[in-house]
Amino acid sequence: MPSFAIETHHLRKEFDDNIAVRGLTLEVKQGEVFGFLGPNGAGKTTSIKMLLGLVSPTAGQAQLLGAPLGDRATRARMGFLPEHFRFHDWLKAGEFLTLHGQLYDMATDRLRRRVTELLELVGLAPFREKQLHTFSKGMLQRVGLAQALLNEPALVFLDEPTSGLDPVGRRLVRDIIRDLRAQGTTVFLNSHLLSEIEITCDRVAFIKHGEVVQVSDLNTLIAEGEATSVAIRATGLTPEIIAGLSQWSQETRLDGPQLMLTITDEAALPTLTRYLVERGAQVYSVIPQKLSLEDLFIRIVGTEGVL
Amino acid sequence: MRLLTITRLTFLEAARRKIALAALLLGVAFLVLYATGFYFIATETGLPGEGLQSSQLIRNQVFGFFTNAGMYAVNFLTIAMGALVSADTLAGEIGSGTIQTLATKPARRAEIVLGKWLGFALLIGAYLAFMFSGLMLIVYSIARYSVPNVFLGVALIYFECVLIMTLTLACSSRFSTLATGGIVFGMYGLAFIGGFVEQVGAIFRNQGVVNVGIISSLILPSEALFRRAAYEMTSPLGQAAAAVGMPSGPMLVISIPSPMMIVYGAFYLLVMLGIAIWVFQRRDL
Repeated sequence: MPSFAIETHHLRKEFDDNIAVRGLTLEVKQGEVFGFLGPNGAGKTTSIKMLLGLVSPTAGQAQLLGAPLGDRATRARMGFLPEHFRFHDWLKAGEFLTLHGQLYDMATDRLRRRVTELLELVGLAPFREKQLHTFSKGMLQRVGLAQALLNEPALVFLDEPTSGLDPVGRRLVRDIIRDLRAQGTTVFLNSHLLSEIEITCDRVAFIKHGEVVQVSDLNTLIAEGEATSVAIRATGLTPEIIAGLSQWSQETRLDGPQLMLTITDEAALPTLTRYLVERGAQVYSVIPQKLSLEDLFIRIVGTEGVL
Repeated sequence: MRLLTITRLTFLEAARRKIALAALLLGVAFLVLYATGFYFIATETGLPGEGLQSSQLIRNQVFGFFTNAGMYAVNFLTIAMGALVSADTLAGEIGSGTIQTLATKPARRAEIVLGKWLGFALLIGAYLAFMFSGLMLIVYSIARYSVPNVFLGVALIYFECVLIMTLTLACSSRFSTLATGGIVFGMYGLAFIGGFVEQVGAIFRNQGVVNVGIISSLILPSEALFRRAAYEMTSPLGQAAAAVGMPSGPMLVISIPSPMMIVYGAFYLLVMLGIAIWVFQRRDL
């Protein structure tokens, strides 16, 4: 079994005189939930389309689940929810899933079981016999998600899977992604909702002008060696005690009831807390301020629009 | 089988989007109109009665003439139905994005094209069979006229309709629905005018003018195939008349397309189907 679910090397796509993807080099590990972030026009959708074989790359190579791009046997192990989730809306929900399952060449019994299971999972079981044109945007996205999971794929591409969903629907998608991860499925998630990515993904790639500019591990977003601010809520802080904090903190200031410190090493936190307690301060909380994904996004990608 | 899944999808679409129903209603409306017209022609235009052999000859000529006209209308309705459903199929699915969930499945793109083609071919077949049976029934029940060589003739018309559908599919693999419609309609018009020019050339025995018609038939052999079909379904007397340059139907079958045109049509159809697959396989979706 290859260790990477997705491996691309300088994948490039040009449309006439427009370079949509300059050179995508990326490695997604088996079984991880991988976020794909970038401003509008950064080439995210074109990149996904190249990986799925909808668009042929101008140059570069890629392997999915160990096979080169366009391999049909590999496609049988992949699922895809497209961004605009436009489906044949004259089909009934059950028919839609059955027909797509047949395109996977799934055995009739297994398919019947999967369709029922998935309609149940996405909360559409009562709408099995309803034509898709009667569905709301959110329902369409749900049935599209069910479609992407029909074949119990090893690799799923979800392009903006929550764009049409309300908070309940978003929660559902999050739970589904968590279950997929538990089953060892690799999930490639393209989303504009940074909070979504922050909650669900293991790692995230930032792309700009069709190139990966950074890949970050979301579990350790505090970059090593970089300054982190810490908010301390405590009473009984004397000016002496505060002055004494300078041995760990580069900058110390009072922000309302909170004391804000800037430290360079997280390892200083236990020592620092002991110091406060030993000097008689009542400590309620010591919270390192994680860099939010939004801050990181803006820092990496910049604020200028890439259209 | 994946190809047949796509075919089933094509059927379901025709049924659910009421395309089949609209075509059927239009077809029935035509048949009712035709039956009414044919009834009055048969009963109120002073045609000689049955009985005498000579009057039977005249009757057959007249009925053959009007049946031929009906066949042309049926032919046109079937072509229009086939072209309308196939013009939007690839172009429309690419435009709306519905193709994305299909094309990312393990199906070959060729299976998608062939599955659709087969679906349309069967739809066209069912529609033509329905319309032609209706026409034959009307003509027979009103005038006791039965068309000669009907199976060969219908087979040729079916071939012609499938050929135009295939051309439409090929255009639809590359161009938008609207452009596809424009191209196919334009080519059909060209073949129609070309066929007309060819007949006029034949009347005046001008080979140059006939050649213009033949060239137009090479661009799209639809009209030539219809004329061959109409010729096959003409009584032997009508065929003899055509041979000496007398028109034997409203579609003026004088210059009879040679059987080679049928071979050419088959070649044309295969090339168009090949183009549809080839272009669709290489296209970014």
